[in-house]
Parts: sequence; structure tokens; C-alpha cells
Amino acid sequence: MWEILFSTHHTDIGLLYIYLSTTAFIIGGALAIGIRSELFLPGNQGIIPDSNTFHRIFTVHGTNMLFFWLIPFASGIGNYLIPIMVRYKDMAWPKLNAVAFWMLPVSMALVWLGFADTTWNAYPPYSIIRAPGPAAEMWIFGLKIAGISSVLGAINFVVTILKMKHPDLPLMKTPLFVWATLVTSLMIIVAMPTFAAALIMLYTDRLGISGFFNPAMGGDPIAYQHLFWFTFHPEVYIFLIPAVGTAYELIPKFSRKPIFSYGSGVIAFVMLAIVGFASWAHHMYATGMSFTEKTVFMVGTLAAVPASAMHIFNWIATMWGGRIKFAAPMAFTVGGIVLFFFAGAGGIVNTAMPLDFLTHDSYWVVGHMHLFLMGMITFGFIGFLYYMFPLITGRMYNERAAMIQFWLMFVGVSMIFLTQHVLGLYGQPRRTFDYIPVQPLIILNQISTVGAWITAAGAAVFIANLIKSTVSGKPANMEDPFKLGEQYYDYARREPHH
Amino acid sequence: MGHATIEWVYVGVVIAVLVYVGADAWNVEKMLTDAPPEAKVIKVTGQQWFWTFEHEDGTQEIGELHLVKGVPYRFEVTSRDVIHSFNTPDFAMMIDAVPGRINTIWFAPDQSGQFLIQCREYCGFSHYQMRAKLFVEEPTTSGGKVTNASADLTPSIGATAAAS
Repeated sequence: MWEILFSTHHTDIGLLYIYLSTTAFIIGGALAIGIRSELFLPGNQGIIPDSNTFHRIFTVHGTNMLFFWLIPFASGIGNYLIPIMVRYKDMAWPKLNAVAFWMLPVSMALVWLGFADTTWNAYPPYSIIRAPGPAAEMWIFGLKIAGISSVLGAINFVVTILKMKHPDLPLMKTPLFVWATLVTSLMIIVAMPTFAAALIMLYTDRLGISGFFNPAMGGDPIAYQHLFWFTFHPEVYIFLIPAVGTAYELIPKFSRKPIFSYGSGVIAFVMLAIVGFASWAHHMYATGMSFTEKTVFMVGTLAAVPASAMHIFNWIATMWGGRIKFAAPMAFTVGGIVLFFFAGAGGIVNTAMPLDFLTHDSYWVVGHMHLFLMGMITFGFIGFLYYMFPLITGRMYNERAAMIQFWLMFVGVSMIFLTQHVLGLYGQPRRTFDYIPVQPLIILNQISTVGAWITAAGAAVFIANLIKSTVSGKPANMEDPFKLGEQYYDYARREPHH
Repeated sequence: MGHATIEWVYVGVVIAVLVYVGADAWNVEKMLTDAPPEAKVIKVTGQQWFWTFEHEDGTQEIGELHLVKGVPYRFEVTSRDVIHSFNTPDFAMMIDAVPGRINTIWFAPDQSGQFLIQCREYCGFSHYQMRAKLFVEEPTTSGGKVTNASADLTPSIGATAAAS
């Protein structure tokens, strides 16, 4: 344990990323359980003392889950596997890799200790003129550091994949997970600077020395939203694409069939990466955009759908007629794809201009984006962590506990987030400490909260399984731990520390 | 390349569905986008954490809005401090109240009764209680003209804070 803290070896850095992100997932999840328990009944339940604490909790929950769970976990598995997949001894710049990781604990400390109440998107003028300091400043600098970290990590991945790849290995022969990491990293490099600039402007606005987004000083708060979503709509795909990559890694193996169409996977990745930059303002239909603007961004949003649909088609076609083994990694991946389908269907409703005014800023949106983040992405990542478990520990996890966890989480997550779509249609706004005590709202909130408790039980099984199996799991057969008739990753890579 | 055909067919179907959704949305939004010229103007102002409404004749209401069924209204929505969002879930009407900007939205209530107005954009401490009441009244005719029903009702100041 101690030696990996000072290591620059890619598997050690990868493991640190996985430790950090799994920790963030659990403590961020605990905040979500607090939120859902508070909303079990209308009125103040005393679980969260007041609305301000509630606002701080959902702000840190959101920030934490996006920046300290999803992105670092993707970096973690990338660090582990990319050098193996491109056949190089390490990442291109091992020290830079370690620096990128060690910025994250700093940024996480700022976000958690600050406990800001700005919401994770920190819209001005609230975040300028009303949000209390120093929490908001700590949030700004925390995200600044996280942004730099992810850009450094992304540069490292791009260079490793394009320059350090074994000369005998053409890019079109690398696994699709390499493509996923490459595309994600390029998107980070293109998208992130915009938000970095917006953060600095937000900070100087808070200091009162500028008025970019402050209408009292002639600024425009909507400009911030454009800068923000220009980074964070692509960021949605930055979260998503690594999980798509892990699905491409697992589905052919567990179906014991070659992938249906490698080429269409690559095309869909590249399309998604490009079209993902053409739809940011669909988050802003209600800010008073003109009819023309709304039409442009609706078309841009709809244009991203065929690429996602191609991925789903590819997975189904790969599974079709295969000898599928539903071990935990496969179960989580397929469960995630089911939820991904619902998330995508809901997304089409959101982008249709007249319907957006039903769903926008309501619980529908909360349910919709959590089906992506918790459904597709988190399920994919948990499944992949189980798949990598023998590589990391040399032991097998407990398959039965993992399947119990899968069913708890699949049922729980469906209960939470599908129900929240209906809540949104009944008009419950998101980010609210309390709701009107009328019937459909109460029962739907309760179903959602019970779902959250079931999911929490699944997460408890998850953590127990990880710890117990790391300590005393059965030694894995390192050639083919899942008995799929295929070579597993190169286990020897884990060993040399330097 | 046997697999190419079925994938193209599939992508074609997906695109056809998307084109249908997009075209229909465009069509409906086109109908909704402009208020009829005879619409009455109501100025809506959001601030932490209540709504103020000003009718064309200058009467102001706080926390309550009285409208008449069947009359088109155009709302000019703005804010005094942070961003709010003016939302009537029963009529699927929603537009952000942005300081320094005036956003417009319109509707003609098609049923009478009492409805909810709420803030739908996070705006701080009492965001969850930033509600107002919308009263839609049956038209009363006097000399063939629709009277402004709100004129003979006293605005209840402070009713905003009361939860629903």
C-alpha cells in the first residue's frame, strides 16, 4: 500500500485512481441517501436540518459524483489497460501521470471542505452575489484543479495511444476501449478550457473586480451558461464514452463471439465526439432563446442519437446467437444498457422544443440524467471493476454476492429514477428541499426513496465484497479467470514497481 | 459485408423517427412561439423569494395572479436579483426570469380554478417555497366586454411564503 503512493507505474496510478473514485462513489452516494430520506415525507424530516444544508448536500453530491467518481474511474481503468493494449511499458509520461492523479485529492478536499451551495453548475448571478464564501471560492478552485488534472491525464492518454503504440499495431487493430479513451481524451482537451475560463471570470466577478456575468455591472448571466454547457454537454459524452468502451470490451468476451462490427463502433465514437459539441444550448431552452436558436440546437441534439443507437445495435448484434455467460461483469453491462435505452428515449422527449417546457428543471431531468450516470455509466464501471478484480488483486470476487448486488441495484435504480420521470411530469421542480403534500407526489417520492435504500443495500454488498475478496478471496486462475476460453490481460504487468 | 445492410436499415429507421420528432416539434413550437396581437401584457418579476405581477392597468399583485378564462396573456418575465424560472406546471408554461433581460411567454387559460405558480430554477434558501397562486376566473360580461376580474380582489401580500 505505501509503495504505490510514491509510484509512477501505470498500474499503481491506476489503482490509486480506482481507490479514490470508489471512495468518492460511496461517500457521494451517502449524501444522495440523505437527500432521498429527507424527501420520503413532505415537510422537514430533521434528517437534513434546513434548506441551506440540503442545497450544500446536493451541490457536493453532484460535483463529487461527476468529478471524483466518473472521470477518475475512467482514468483509473485507462491507466491500467491502455499501456497493455497499445503494448508499451508504461504511460508516455509516468511522472506527469502521477502529478495528474495527486491533484485530485487536493481538489476533492477543497470541494468537500468548502461544501458550497451553488449547485454543481453554479449559475450566476446567484453564484456571484448570493452564494456564501469561502465555500464558493473553494468550489471554484477545486474544480479548477480537477480540470487541470483531467487535461494533463488526457494529454498523457493521447500521446501514449498515438505515439507510444507498438509500431506493428495499427490503430484500427486496437481494442475499441483504446478508441473510447482516445476520443474521450481529445474531447477533454477541446472542451475543458472553456469552463476553465468561465471559472476565472466567475472568480473575478465574485471579487467584484469584473462584471462578466453580473447584470448589475452590465454583464450577461446567460453568457456563463453558454460557456458552462459548451464544456459540459461534451462532458456528458466524456462520462459516457469510457463506459461504452468497457461494454465493447466485455460483451464480445462474455458472448464468446467476435464483435459484430468494429468499424461501426469506431465511426459511432468519432461521430458522437464531433456531434456532441453541437448541442450544448439544449440545456438552455428556457432562458429566452429565439425560435431559430432552439431549432438549431434541437437538430444538433437529435443528430447525436444515431451514434448512440449504433452502439446499442452493435452490442445486441454481438450478443445475438452468442453463448452468453451472465457473470457479474456481463450482468452489470447489460443492465446498464437497458437503463441507457430508457435514458436515451427520455432524452428525445427533452429535446423536442415544446415538450422541454414540461420536463426542464423538473424531476424528469433528474431521473433522465441519473439513468445515464447511474445506469449506463456506473453499472458499466462496476461491472468492469469486477472484471478487472483478478488483474488487480490476483483473487476472485464472490460471484453470488456480486449478482445479489446487481439485482438490488438494478431494481433500486429503476425505482428511483423511472419514478422521478413521472414526478417531473407532475411538476415537482428539481433541487427542492420540500414538496407540496398532495397525493401523487408523496407516493412517488416514497417509491423513489425506497429505491434509494435498496440501492444503498446493494452498495453495501459491493463494498463488503470488494474488501472481503481482496483479503481472502479464492486465488484466481490468471490465464482465464472467467472461463471464457480466451486469454485474460497480461498479469505480469502488475508486478514491477519502479 | 452482410452485416452492413441490416445496420443501415436500422440506422435509417432511427433517423426517420428522429426526423419525425424534430419536424413535429418544430411545427408545434412554431404555432406556440408568437402571442396573438390582442394578448394582454402582464409584467412578472421574480425576486428572492416571491413573485410580483403587474397588469396592463397598473394594478399589482404579489403572490397571487388573477386571470380570466379564454383571454390570451403575454407575460414579460424578469428578475430583480438572481435567475428564477416562472412556471405553471398545469399549463406547461415555463420561462426563466433573468435579471437584465425580459423574456416573454404567452398562454390563454382554457379552464378555471386555482393553480400553482412556482419557481423552477434554483435561487437559494427558500427556492422550494417560492410559490404563488394562479386564479383563473370565468369571464363575467358587462356590456359585452371582459372586465379585469383582479381589480375587485385585494392582493394578499405575504401569501407567497405560505406553502401552497
